Amino acid sequence: MSTTRSSPRTTPRVGPMTAGSRPVPELDIDAMLDDPKQRIIVCCGSGGVGKTTTSAAIALRAAERGRKVVVLTIDPARRLAQSMGIEALDNVPRPVPDVRGTETSGGSLDAMMLDMKRTFDEVVESQASPEKAQQILNNPFYIAVSSSFAGTQEYMAMEKLGQLDKDARASGRWDLIVVDTPPSRSALDFLDAPERLSSFLDGKFMKLLLAPARGPAKLMTAGFGLVTKAVTAIVGGQVLTDMQAFVSAFDTLFGGFRQRAQRTFELLQAPGTAFLVVAAPEPDALREAAYFVERLSAERMPLAGLVVNRASSDPGGPLTAAAAMSGYERLRDETDETSRMTAGLLRLHADRKRIVDREARLRSRFAVAHPDVATVVLPALPSDVHDLDGLRRIGQLLGHAAES
Amino acid sequence: MSEPAPAATSAFPKVQLHVVTGKGGTGKSTVAAALALALASRGKTVLLCEVEGRQGIAQLFDVPPLPYEERLLARATEAGHGNVYALAIDAESALLEYLAMYYRLGRAGKALDRFGVIDFATTIAPGVRDVLLTGKVYEAAQRNSRNKNARTYDAIVLDAPPTGRIAQFLNVNNELAGLARVGPIKSQADTVTTLLRSPRTAVHLVTVLEEMPVQETADGVAELRAARMPVGGVVVNLVRPQDLDVSAREALLAGTVDDKAIGKVLGATGIKAPMSLVPTLLSEGRDHAERRRLEDSQRALVEEIGVPTYELPQLAGGADIAGLYELASALVEQGLA
Repeated sequence: MSTTRSSPRTTPRVGPMTAGSRPVPELDIDAMLDDPKQRIIVCCGSGGVGKTTTSAAIALRAAERGRKVVVLTIDPARRLAQSMGIEALDNVPRPVPDVRGTETSGGSLDAMMLDMKRTFDEVVESQASPEKAQQILNNPFYIAVSSSFAGTQEYMAMEKLGQLDKDARASGRWDLIVVDTPPSRSALDFLDAPERLSSFLDGKFMKLLLAPARGPAKLMTAGFGLVTKAVTAIVGGQVLTDMQAFVSAFDTLFGGFRQRAQRTFELLQAPGTAFLVVAAPEPDALREAAYFVERLSAERMPLAGLVVNRASSDPGGPLTAAAAMSGYERLRDETDETSRMTAGLLRLHADRKRIVDREARLRSRFAVAHPDVATVVLPALPSDVHDLDGLRRIGQLLGHAAES
Repeated sequence: MSEPAPAATSAFPKVQLHVVTGKGGTGKSTVAAALALALASRGKTVLLCEVEGRQGIAQLFDVPPLPYEERLLARATEAGHGNVYALAIDAESALLEYLAMYYRLGRAGKALDRFGVIDFATTIAPGVRDVLLTGKVYEAAQRNSRNKNARTYDAIVLDAPPTGRIAQFLNVNNELAGLARVGPIKSQADTVTTLLRSPRTAVHLVTVLEEMPVQETADGVAELRAARMPVGGVVVNLVRPQDLDVSAREALLAGTVDDKAIGKVLGATGIKAPMSLVPTLLSEGRDHAERRRLEDSQRALVEEIGVPTYELPQLAGGADIAGLYELASALVEQGLA
């Protein structure tokens, strides 16, 4: 579920006050992947822009250029997951078969798919005594929160990133972590979820719920009476009882959770981390991307650049949309096969030109407001990506875009 | 394009609540808005609701952000058309309204807010948020002449959460099960579910002809059926222009097109340097043919789902207001509205 922070804008605009004339800097993906100091790459953006595919393609390219990579995907297409050998949702990174050139380069690629509930369970198990952990895991309120609370997926993606980073540092198994982010409507959910969870855990309401379990009646104010009465009225007494049991069992873990969230947040601000914002050349996706770019700068998080996915490629040539349309109008009523085909081709060309113009306009408007964001534009591919070859092709396009 | 006559009747004449879902990026909000206009053109007074706090309706129609209050969005000028109203539902306002309505919680409402309960109930407590959102839609659907000042609607279009979450969102009962087994919110969920499972509701799924959205649509339909929610139609959005027929596409893919003949026809239309344009046009044509082939294989999968399908074209100019009206008339012609 998106936060209210998505559109319309609730934060001030961040950027230059006048349009400059600098060209848009090009994002050099290969330089980033070849830099050994680059340890974490986070791909973010609104839903449906191709984040998962982009992160998998980047991870594969890095591995084939000699990095030891682990990629955390959230919800890959079935066939893509199959080709990467990660259909089994077991929350453990597995080697991806058929990665090329690893014998000579020393690179490797492991992949995993996030299991949100399991990650949450593991955190509980690692933080509490076995009996207490069991008590929490069986609580109906915990079960609901861990499997359907809006934001749990975002929070657990961050949690898993923290774990992978710890493993990577301890074992040396990986030197680059690529993270996909959950398919939320707003790209900002990813950054807000941990904050939301810890503010919930820190909230007055939680303290109130804890008060009876702790005994002293001093917190049993008139306000609390009103509140419990109202909560009982809304959700029923059973829920309140379950919640109190959950909160008191969870109480000792809260500190741990907050610390972990804080550590992951710091990890995201560290110099070895880079954010890639992925967007489609559509107004909504670019607006979300702009919010995200501004937010990253506010949080002092390092932005590597913008990947504009699925751009319509310019067919080139001097024929304008208007000229093609007028040719089409002349031919549309002809009946012979060649004329009909030519008419169809002209119409296609006109449509394509119009779409290319619109996308270019959208991109240049983004660039005027955010002139320092290095950008790479990926053409839409004629077919879906569902194997390593497809990912490799995207990786090549990403890498070579800077040269062309 | 020729203009076929509007379908004589809608495929969903008894449906009052149209729920529109779809994977991110498929244009579900655009389709929901177009459906609202299409229903209004059938003479209905329509309420278009959104529940994700995105102000998507305001952006589509280029109006200021919508409050938690029904606003006139589009006034009909043609005889026999109805008006479209819009409402942005947020869980916080819905909860306060609900409390005010049933518990007359003036002071307590404020106390709840101060203690973070409103925030808690609407963001953390699982399921409660969805019950509040669907509950407000239910309230608008159930309104009748008993309340004199209330506006009643012939149709409600809900721009719902995405396909991956839709069954969970609508199956509010299930979400609360194991949590609230009794109590007012449970009985509220029960009444809402009765409406959602009735023939007065239809859930439409928006997709594009690509692998993942089609797969998600098939999964979504299966989940909705398992939850006994009435599936309406599948709206295939952003369909590429159909300018080249099968034989032309086959010739392009096989590389058997006569370049010179094409160049000659181009030259005859007055286009300059026609032969130099032919390779570009043919390569665009091949790309298009390849995509169309992929679309056709996905279209076959959509048909296997076994629900009525509707197709909306990709608009080269983007979905602006004029585009919305075009899509609305396509929906009327095809009988979704």
